[in-house]
Amino acid sequence: MRISWSTLELRRRGGPVSDYEPLILALCCHYCAYAAADLAGSMRLQYPANVRVLRYPCTGKVEQNDILTAFEGGVDGVLVAGCLEGGCHFLEGNLRARRRVERTQEIMREIGLEPERLAMFNLSSAEGGRFAEIVTEMVDRLRELGPSPLRTNKADAESRVRELQALAEETVEGAPR
Amino acid sequence: MIVADRKDVREIRDKIKDHNRVLFVGCGTCVTVCLSGGEREVGILASATRMALKLIGHENVVVDECTIERQCEDAFIDLIAHRVDDYDAICSFGCGVGVQHMAERFPKTPVYAGLNTQFMGALESQGVWMEKCAGCGYCRADEFAGICPITRCAKQLLNGPCGGSRDGMCEVRPDLECGWQLIYDRAKAIGTLEKLRAIAPPVDWSFSMHGGPRKVVREDQYVGESAPKR
Repeated sequence: MRISWSTLELRRRGGPVSDYEPLILALCCHYCAYAAADLAGSMRLQYPANVRVLRYPCTGKVEQNDILTAFEGGVDGVLVAGCLEGGCHFLEGNLRARRRVERTQEIMREIGLEPERLAMFNLSSAEGGRFAEIVTEMVDRLRELGPSPLRTNKADAESRVRELQALAEETVEGAPR
Repeated sequence: MIVADRKDVREIRDKIKDHNRVLFVGCGTCVTVCLSGGEREVGILASATRMALKLIGHENVVVDECTIERQCEDAFIDLIAHRVDDYDAICSFGCGVGVQHMAERFPKTPVYAGLNTQFMGALESQGVWMEKCAGCGYCRADEFAGICPITRCAKQLLNGPCGGSRDGMCEVRPDLECGWQLIYDRAKAIGTLEKLRAIAPPVDWSFSMHGGPRKVVREDQYVGESAPKR
């Protein structure tokens, strides 16, 4: 019989989880979080380089499968960042995204993957500082949790991220500006 | 439509974990509309199952997915027949009809159910489906102002309501509307209240499935020498 310990269990048992840098995927709405990330850059704000940003026309476009595919590919954490509640360009895309995130967390709980690896945030395009904070918060959380038990190696996870980035860019091309 | 609900991923994982290659097959008809077994949901559940398998050390199990238009017709199943030979098990995300039909179509391949089939129903509001028909075989809904007492009354009373009807709700479940209150209100609204004074004769259950699975036969459509009996 094969036994695989969760990373938390490994950590408790003093297992090898050192020199680990979490890989985070940020699924960002074009109208807020993506612009906020841009602003964070213009403001020369420092935040951990662990995040890979994907631009969506709205978080309402985020499918549960996008999130699960990322985790399956070995990404350590996913954050979904949409507009402030009531401020969605498409009225309620961000509210739908939150429900999808919650349902995905339910599936993660079922399969034994820590649901804390996935989080939804709301911010406006003027909050460059908040974007940097969110990324820092997520990196801290994932350092605590340890690497995803689904990760085989970081290069594979990075290549899955690039695939998803390419797909997201295809869908956002036709989005209204 | 037929309404179904997804199974727990752990249940699916445990059923298939000892196979080498499993094909998840979605259905593009009823279960797509009720958001349980269409292309999108099968994609989600296949991904979740692959991760669940990996987390218990069974990452060698290959899980692939596809979705066909309908699992209750051979013509659509035939489209994936050539692929099925490459797998040693199928997990059907159709309703119970789909599961059985796939099992009959592929006699040598184990077929597992990925969904829990619930009922025949309608969309009540977005994301909410409500049971509307019990398939009793002889529809009498029109005698009851168009509302079926067999499905909508928890006690299947044809001469209701019972003493458990309180403020329009049923004593069986506090969130359940009394079927007979619905019948009464609608009969009043369409002016057929007087009809409800008549005693409704009992249901003839011989049309229902107490004699085993039923068949509907259209002789004029049958291709062959003699059509099977009903």
